[in-house]
This record gives sequence, C-alpha cells and structure tokens, in this order.
Amino acid sequence: MKLKSHFYLALALMAVAAIAAPMHLRAQAGTIKVGVLHSLSGTMAISETTLKDTILMMIEEQNKKGGLLGRKLEAVVVDPASDWPLFAEKASQLLVKDKVAVVFGCWTSVSRKSVLPVFEKNNGLLFYPVQYEGEESSKNVIYTGAAPNQQAIPAVDYLMKEGVKRWVLEGTDYVYPRTTNKILEAYLLSKGVAAADISINYTPFGHSDWQTRVAAIKRFGSAGKKTAVVSTINGDANVPFYKELGNQKVSAEDIPVVAFSVGEEELSGLDAKPLVGHLAAWNYFQSISTPANAAFIKQWKAYIKKPNRTTNDPMEAHYIGFNLWVKAVEKAQSTDVEKVLAALPGLSTPNLTGGTATMLANHHITKPVYIGEVRADGQFNVVFKTPVVPGDAWSDFLPGSKDSEADWVKLKCGNYNTKTKVCSGQNYK
Amino acid sequence: MISLAAGLSSASAQTPDDTLRATLAGLGEASYPDKEAIVATLSDAGHPSTSDILTAFFEDRLYFRNSDKVVFIVRTAEATDGKFALVDVVTRKDAGTATTDELTPIGTNNRLRRLLRTTSARFALANPDSTIRLQAVVDMQRSLDEASVEILKQREASETDAAVKAEIQTALALAALDGTDPPARLRAVEILSGRTKLDIRNRLASLTEKAEDGTYAEADEKVRAAAVAAVAAIDNSLWWYSGVEMLFFGLSLGSILVLVAIGLAITFGVMGVINMAHGELMMLGAYTTYVVQLLMPQHIAISVLVAVPAAFIVAGTAGILLEVTIIRRLYGRPLETLLATFGVSLVLQQLVRTLFTANNRAVSTPAWMSGVLQINEALAITLNRVYILGFSMLVFALLLLVLRRTRLGLDIRAVAQNRAMARAMGIRSKWVDAMTFGLGSGIAGVAGVALSQLTNVGPNLGQSYIIDSFMVVVFGGVGNLWGTLIGGLSMGVVNKLLEPFAGAIVAKILVLVGLILFIQRRPRGLFPQTGRAAEGH
Repeated sequence: MKLKSHFYLALALMAVAAIAAPMHLRAQAGTIKVGVLHSLSGTMAISETTLKDTILMMIEEQNKKGGLLGRKLEAVVVDPASDWPLFAEKASQLLVKDKVAVVFGCWTSVSRKSVLPVFEKNNGLLFYPVQYEGEESSKNVIYTGAAPNQQAIPAVDYLMKEGVKRWVLEGTDYVYPRTTNKILEAYLLSKGVAAADISINYTPFGHSDWQTRVAAIKRFGSAGKKTAVVSTINGDANVPFYKELGNQKVSAEDIPVVAFSVGEEELSGLDAKPLVGHLAAWNYFQSISTPANAAFIKQWKAYIKKPNRTTNDPMEAHYIGFNLWVKAVEKAQSTDVEKVLAALPGLSTPNLTGGTATMLANHHITKPVYIGEVRADGQFNVVFKTPVVPGDAWSDFLPGSKDSEADWVKLKCGNYNTKTKVCSGQNYK
Repeated sequence: MISLAAGLSSASAQTPDDTLRATLAGLGEASYPDKEAIVATLSDAGHPSTSDILTAFFEDRLYFRNSDKVVFIVRTAEATDGKFALVDVVTRKDAGTATTDELTPIGTNNRLRRLLRTTSARFALANPDSTIRLQAVVDMQRSLDEASVEILKQREASETDAAVKAEIQTALALAALDGTDPPARLRAVEILSGRTKLDIRNRLASLTEKAEDGTYAEADEKVRAAAVAAVAAIDNSLWWYSGVEMLFFGLSLGSILVLVAIGLAITFGVMGVINMAHGELMMLGAYTTYVVQLLMPQHIAISVLVAVPAAFIVAGTAGILLEVTIIRRLYGRPLETLLATFGVSLVLQQLVRTLFTANNRAVSTPAWMSGVLQINEALAITLNRVYILGFSMLVFALLLLVLRRTRLGLDIRAVAQNRAMARAMGIRSKWVDAMTFGLGSGIAGVAGVALSQLTNVGPNLGQSYIIDSFMVVVFGGVGNLWGTLIGGLSMGVVNKLLEPFAGAIVAKILVLVGLILFIQRRPRGLFPQTGRAAEGH
C-alpha cells in the first residue's frame, strides 16, 4: 500500500514536470530583468522555442559587450505551454512578481490578445515578433512582425503582376486568417477581381485530410484563368496540405501557393522537393546574402550548436526588437517603461537584409517585403522585393478601420478616428 | 548517339556553336524576363544541344563559373564531396570538375520553368518512348502558340501511338477553337466533346459565356449549340467520376481511422484498458520510421518496409513495459488508469521533444509510393492512399488471423471472456495481459509508420488522432474488430460525403453530432458484444 502511494506521487510529479516545465531563474540584485514569454511545451513549442533561444542568444551577446547601462541583463524564462489563459497568468507573474523591464513573447494572435489586458493594466512592455492581422495598436505593445500591408498585400500584388486572375483564400479557422482574408477579399474586389473568382475556405486547426480541399482547388483552378492559392493555413496543418498538393500533382507552375506562415523552419520538417516553386512572403529569408545576415546565421548556429538549424522571419523580428529596445534604454538612460516608450519612436536599427528598421509612432516598424520560391533544399529563392514599407496598424481596405489611425507620439491614441476626431481606445471592436 | 550528333555539329558548322556560346554568356546575370528571352532565342536557333541545355536549366543543373561567367551543365543536381562534374554546353562532353564555391546556379522562377517545360516538350516529341511523348504533348497543351501548333501538326501525321495521337488531336482542337473558321471550330468542339478533362470542359463552357454587351464569346450559333451539348455530356461523366473520387477519399480517410483505432480495439476493446497514451505509441512508430530512414539514407525505397516491423517492436516493447510497470497495478480502476496513462502520454511527448527537439522531422516518401494512378483522363487516385488503404486491410486481416488461429489469440480471447476460468485452465493470465497490450501497442506503432507518410512527424502527432481512435472503437462496438473496421470506414465516407457541401469544419461537427445521437440510441455501438462476456465488462 505504501509502495503504491509513493508510486502515485512519482507519477503525479512526472506529470506536473511535463506540464509546467519550470525554467524560472533566480533573480539577482543589480541586473536588468528581461522576460521571455514563449511556449516551450504544447503545440506551439515547435515555433516558439526557437524564439526563446534567439532572445537568450541576444542577451548573452549584450552581456559580453558589458551589459546595458553598466548592468548585466538577466533572462526570466517562463513557459505558458501553448495555453492561452496561462499566457495571461505568466505575463502577470513576469510583470508583478519578477518586475521585468521588458517582455519578448507570444506567437499566436490569441495569446497576444490574452496578455494584452495584463500588459495594459500593469503598464508593461511587450515586443511581439510575428506577422499578424493588424487592427490593433496598444500603448504597451511593439509590433515587430509584419502588418497585413507588409506581407499579404504585396504578395497579392506580386501574383497579380504574374497574371493571376482567380484566387483561393485558404485558411485555418481563427482570427488571423479570417481578418487577413477579409482584408484581402476587400483588396481584390477593389482591384476589379470578380466575386466569382474568389473562393474562401476555412479548415479546423491541425486539419490533416486535405484530399477534398486539394481536389476542389484543382477544380477551381481549371477554369482557364491563372489561379493562385493564398494560404493562411497555420502550423501543423501545412505539412499534410503540401504533401497532398504534391501527391495530386498540383504544380507551382500551374497553381502556385503563396503562404504567410511557412518559413525555413517549417520546411525543414518536410521533404521540400515536391514543393519547388511554391511561394512564401516574408520580410526576411535565410538565403538573402548580406554580411549582417551571414554573421547572424553563423552566430545562431554556434549558439544553438546544431549546424543544420535554420533562421527565420520572426527571429529577425526579435533581433530588430531587441536592438531597438537596447537603443531606447540607452537613449532614455533608464529601463522605466514610460521613458523607454517615449524614446522608441523614430529610432532606427539595421535589419538583417541590408536595410534599416525604423520604429514608427503607431508602434509598428518599417520592413522590406520579399517573395521567395521554395527551393529543393528547403530554402527560398527571392524572386521579388519591395523597398521598406511602413507598417499600417489599421487596414485601409476594411470599412470599419480605414478611417482609424494609431499614433502614440502626437495623438497618444491607438485608434483615432480621423473623421469623427474621437479616440475610441486601442482595440478593434 | 549523343557523341555522334555532337561530332557532326562541331564538324559541319562553326558559327552556330559560337552563337550558342554568345547567347548563353549573358545568362548568368540576366533578370527573369531576360532569361525568358534567351530561352526563346535558344529554341528558335535549334542548336543540337538546345534540348539538353533546356532540360538541365529546368532541373537546376545549369551553372556559371564565377571567374569567367562561362555557363556549364552539371551532371547531377547534387554535388558529390563538394564538387560538380561539368559538361560543356556545346560539345556535351565532360569538362572537368569544379567546387561548389566556384560555381553559381542560374536560378529559375515559376514562369521560367513553365516556359522551359513547354519549350523542351517540343524536343521530346521525337523521343522513342511513347510515355515521354505523351507527357510532352500534355505539357505543350499548357500554352499553344503558332510554332507549337505547327510542330504538333507535323507530328500527328507520323505518330503511331494511339494515346499520343489522341492527345495531339486534343491539342490541335484546342488551338483551333481560337481560329477564325467556324466549320473548323465546330469540328474542334466535336473532337473535344469526347474528352473528360475538366479544363477542356471549362474551355468549352467559356465559349457559351455571354459578355455584358450581349455578344457571346463564340459568335457562331451552331458552334455554340455544339459546345452546350458537349459540356452537358462531359458534365454527365464527370459527375459520375467525381462520385467515385469522393468515395475513394472517404475510404482512404476511413482506412486511416481504422488503422489508428485497431490497436485501441485490442487494448480498450478486448482488455478494457483506457490507454490515453495510445496516440503516443503511434508517435513512437512514426519516429521509428524517421530513425530507420536516418540509418539507411541510401535505401529510402525499402526503409518504409523495414520500419513496419521495427515500429511494431519499438511500440510493442514500450506497450509491454507500460503494462507491466503501470497498468497491471491499476486493473479494475478505470479512472486511475486514465489519469496514469495520460501522464505517460505527456512524459513520452516531452521525451521525444528532448531527444529530437520540438521541431517536426522530415520523413521522405519513397518514389514507389508517391505519384498518382491515372485511371482515365478524369479520374486519378493518389498512390500513397492506395497503399495505405491496402496496408490497413492487411493489418486488419493479420490481426484477425492472430486472434482466431493462433495459440496467443486463443489465450487472449479466453482471458477476455472469463479471467478466472482461464486461469483455472492453466493460462498465465498476467503474461497474456502483457502480450495482448504489447500486440495492441505494436499495431499502434505500425499505424504510426503509415501516418508518417501523411502528416507531421512531431511530438503532437498522437494527440491529433487519439480522440478519433476512441470514437471509432466506441462507434463500432467495444470488443468487436469488425465493428472497428465498418465503423472507421463508414465514418470516413460520411465525413467526405459531407465535406464538399458543408465544409471541413461543419462536416466534422455533423459527424460528431451524429455519433452522439447514435450512441444515445445504441450505447454499445454498431456491433454490441452479447452473452456472458459482455456482462462481465
């Protein structure tokens, strides 16, 4: 009997260890604490673990240079375990208990939405590194990933230039694809695309049986007009989708798929040969050859100790975000959130592709847009690029948001209606 | 043959060779539109090497040397030991080797590849292999210009293979639709009405479209009437074929459901153990496939076949360990079993995260499993689905055989029916329990091998299938293998029949609601167990 209860205890401990994976580091006096809020377990661990490592690498690098304001940086890593309510809990722990100066974190929009009230209530500072649907500008969040006008719109422009007349908007059923597709649909209609030439479809998270959808895309694409698929399919559903495209012989020459969530890291998890020619739109590709990028890739591979690890777009966003924060702290000579937020707009830092990222008043940054075609080795061949595009928080193509403006310098407002001259808070209703 | 042609060309004319070299010299630094122009120049010049150059360009085997910008073909797309074997573009003879650092690939984009495909197809028309000729004609149909129509007309006369000839006639008819001569257009429509391809149907349908100003895309009324009739005829046969396709999609989805559920039908159905780690045993099987491919990189073709027994052993051993260390101590306490195995599933997930990182692993599909089985113009079935369907049925048959015809099967059935009586007859029930659980777990591992060909090999693989597998077992009737088979297949088919009309999300919801209603009426599933064995559970 006693043995059995011990056994239960061990089992319970094992389960707790697996769920919580506590990596909380002890605080030291005199250091600047940097919160890292990325899932290290659960479904999003695949993407977010890399970002945690990126920030740890940047912190190590900064400490080698002597730290910041004469103090060492110290990472406080928590694991929200791909669980949205847990994100809010862990964010609150970072801000209230650990009193971190800044937090780098979140991946999915739903996790960002879940921590938003926490950051606003406690006046924290969050750097969010992933491309997202826009329609938001918070005083306490810096969006270093792409807004729709820095990824989706240029990608569609490129395909239109290539003669695409029919569009399949294929997405996973949640907020990012739904909002992005709403913007894209409005944009395409404004460009004279007939409603009958747009097909919008959603599938559940982790959808794995794509036979019917791919057959339907083929059917839609056989109407004699050049057809393309704009994919906002998220996460694990991508691999079976691309495998089915390959199996049903949908070639990129006939029906190219442009994806907003598939990068080098995702391609490293599948055989890229059947996907050659399919497209991705990002603000960074590992294959872009600049001295800064080469140095970053070398540093990353040395830090992670695996020569075959890839770099990707959200990593560059964290690279830019971290450097912007360091510059702002140096400018403000303080880690106080109000002072850092006041120092941030207008600051610039080099990005990894040979350009400059400038912090804008609407808490977004300027980014160049690259369109890449998948190569057989899982990297991308850049076929199109734009000059730097300023991120637009409120889409000009949605009726609800085209009159809105975000400006934290002059207007001090995240959602200012230019017609009614009213500031209606910061969140999209 | 090649050396002869090369010898002839270099002997007969010096100038075309020089022109070729001059044309190619600009390729290294050309933009994509410039490259398209160069390809057009090449194909017009018609140098004997053109076909080889275009093929190499299409296959990413065209490079230029950094030092002097001279263009070379490389023999293989992948470098061996960091070196490429070079081939001269004019003579097509070996031109030494160069390291990867000395060469730069000449990139292609989708448009350029499309152009390369249609252009090099013209050269493939004379190929002695009729399948290559057929593919060439199909490729040429993508974009028909005057030059390619002329080439096809010439080829039609000398073509001997019936399939290729029919395809050429289709291509010529498609081109004739754009012509100015109404009787020729009418003939073209008649030829095309016998085809069942979707893009031809849509091309014909576009003839009947009415523009905003009241004029039709096709001016001639007779041609238009023929087109309407042709579209109706094609639609009729396409409707039938799309039904067959849908049924196949359903059976294929169903076969995967059967495969993931059948191991559970043993552990849950026969033994009554709620094993929440069942999905993770599948995950172990999928990772075994990955490891097997890592161990034998030169033999991807047979790696999957090796992975099947390997995954059975790995997952089966894990299952036996699980039974002996944990589940055995919890018999008769379903809630505790559920919690304990759930814990084990989390431990296993974190274990592979630690061993293989959280990233998905790339498992390649062997060449013999990829591709499509082209039944006719309208109906093509993906090969890997056919294999998995067959594999699923094979596993089911083998399992049935083991349970019905072997000593172990007899013991398993005896213990499941009446444990006390079986023990009284001298059956080592604990040993049988461990073996039964091992058998069910091993089959889960085998299912993992199949899943590795369809979906992500990552730590979450198991989670996405565990609910489905329980659903199938409960629907089919706990403890009944045939129930699992029929249940899984019918759930797959119903899901796929609903999907085109309701969408993937609503289809899934409808299936779940249907299942709830069914279980309400028949709590014991499709094929309930009867008699004393059922009472004992």
